[in-house]
Amino acid sequence: MLFMIYTTGCDFLTVLRMYGIGVGVPQHERTGMLDANAETEIRMGVSREQGTQSIQGHPSDEDCVAEFVGATKRFGAILAADRINLRIRRGEFLSFLGPSGCGKTTALRMLAGFEAPSDGMVRIDGQDVSRVPAYARPVNMVFQHYALFPHMTVAQNIGYGLRQVRPKLAKSEIAARVEAALAKVRLDAFGARRTWELSGGQQQRVALARAIINEPKLLLLDEPMAALDAKLRGEMQRELLDLQRSLGITFVLVTHDQEEALSMSDRICIMGAGRIVQVGTPQDLYDRPRNRYVADFVGKANILNGEVLSRQAGLARIALAEGTEVLVPEAEADTRRHVDIAVRPEALRLAVPGEDAMLRARITHRTFLGDHTEYLLQADGIGALQVNVPRQAERAMGGQGVGDEVHILWTAGTGLVLAAEE
Amino acid sequence: MRAYAIAVFVFLYLPIGIIALFSFSAGRSASSMQGFSTEWYGRALSNPFVMEALWTSIKVAFLSAVLATVAGTMAALALTGMRGRLRVFFDTLVQVAVMIPGIVIGIATLIALVTVFDLINPWLETVMGRRLSLGMGSLIGLHGMFTMSLVVLLVRGRLESFDRAQIEASGDLGAGPVATFVQVTLPQIAPAILAGFLLAFTFSFDDFIMAFFVAGSETTLPIYIFSSIRRGVTPEINAIGTMVMVASLTMLIIAQVLLRPGAVRAGR
Repeated sequence: MLFMIYTTGCDFLTVLRMYGIGVGVPQHERTGMLDANAETEIRMGVSREQGTQSIQGHPSDEDCVAEFVGATKRFGAILAADRINLRIRRGEFLSFLGPSGCGKTTALRMLAGFEAPSDGMVRIDGQDVSRVPAYARPVNMVFQHYALFPHMTVAQNIGYGLRQVRPKLAKSEIAARVEAALAKVRLDAFGARRTWELSGGQQQRVALARAIINEPKLLLLDEPMAALDAKLRGEMQRELLDLQRSLGITFVLVTHDQEEALSMSDRICIMGAGRIVQVGTPQDLYDRPRNRYVADFVGKANILNGEVLSRQAGLARIALAEGTEVLVPEAEADTRRHVDIAVRPEALRLAVPGEDAMLRARITHRTFLGDHTEYLLQADGIGALQVNVPRQAERAMGGQGVGDEVHILWTAGTGLVLAAEE
Repeated sequence: MRAYAIAVFVFLYLPIGIIALFSFSAGRSASSMQGFSTEWYGRALSNPFVMEALWTSIKVAFLSAVLATVAGTMAALALTGMRGRLRVFFDTLVQVAVMIPGIVIGIATLIALVTVFDLINPWLETVMGRRLSLGMGSLIGLHGMFTMSLVVLLVRGRLESFDRAQIEASGDLGAGPVATFVQVTLPQIAPAILAGFLLAFTFSFDDFIMAFFVAGSETTLPIYIFSSIRRGVTPEINAIGTMVMVASLTMLIIAQVLLRPGAVRAGR
């Protein structure tokens, strides 16, 4: 295993060669970033390890089922959505992820037709639908608290969308399609029940069946799992994915739950303060968060501040503290002297006896979690750091506990220089 | 404590019970029981003045209740979509309207109407050859306006427990605003609307004070009863009173049944 803690004065390129790092790593292979607010140049990073180019990248015109073009929404003085540019690919599972008030729900409601953009537009299948009311859009939604009609049976709820179709559909056709939808969400025997007699999970399946019966081009899901308990949530997530695969409908999910977004989505759109911060595959966002906001929101990250000593071939040599330097990839061309670095707790290692490492730290907390152990450390000159050690690797360590000294291994190329936050 | 409660109820309902009892008296006295008969009911129902007053009352009650129900429901729907100070202002107005004594409303309305009629009647006479005066129109208008606040309060109560996301869900599923109202909103607030109608009808049917001021030459049943009492109370009056009471109570009980929690499940 390579490590890259080295003292000042050591030649940068020599060190690179020493550790066998090829000089001149192509820049584009590491740029997993998207400038959400630049309308023209939307570049998505293509990560080598996934090879799922079809899901990434910029959807072509016919591949694009819906699109935000500079969509802006103001509520009085509040800017709920700020120049959103995003193309949604036909058949993908896209999530809007962010804390409450970040604009994700506003974005979803602009797709549904409950909010008209104050500026810019929303397109569905190439058509500008900004002024088209919800009832005339080929889009259906699963509401946060399901919004089932309490005065109708389960079957009547599910058939509601079909009963609105003009010219009217035959009663027999509606009945047959309701039966099919009931079967699809495994509620065959529940058609005659009242919605309030059902459990939360069953109610959600009714809401789902009601939303897919008109075969929408987009199925919108507004925090659909929020009201379910943890166990049921996992079950519903798998069911939702199966359903999406069998229907081939584009799903757009709004959630504040990063695990939900990471586990279900083809792509995630991270939002903050009404803007898109970063769009990418879950792996993209985890491995190459654009800035501190994303690094903090997706997974856990140590955020460190350092001074750039030199830059070469997409790698920055950064002094974290006196005598402690690391080599960190830089996603975007940059000239800043002081930068933030994100490094995942599992990307760092604790040295085993005999290994040489420069970064000394003291253990302040140790949390055993079965498959791995979380170490909270106080590193010399740097501050608090979290390192996750897999159970297997921990066995090789010296059995240090709280208060003991450990050494941290920072492998060359670990971590990422974060872009400045706008 | 229990005896006290019983005493209160006896005090409240005994006089009413006695009137109902005396209405079956066979004698001519309205304040004593002399044998049993339904004679006075027959007399009341065959008295042309009673029947005319009853018909007037029914017309006024029905039309004012329709007016109050339509306007009150629309006002309740509009108020539910409203936020902030304006809503507090309207809410307060509606609640105050219910609490103002009828005699104040009666006098105030009388003065207002007479003033307005004096202002526009000369103009109306020259243009259309007609003039406005107190009567059926002012009765219906006043009762409709006043009972509208009752309907607003009842329908508002029902709308409070109504999940507004349902309206968006309906729109999302392809129903326009009118279709949404007919299929989603109306079925769920219908019991409150119907209860509001019955209460408005009952209120108008029973009202004497307000009607007295604006009735003009019209005679409603309560006004007829009031003027008959001045000529002495007969068992016939007792019979009329009992019939009015039974009709009113029936409608109030139906309204209560409609308004009981869970008449239509509004929960999730």
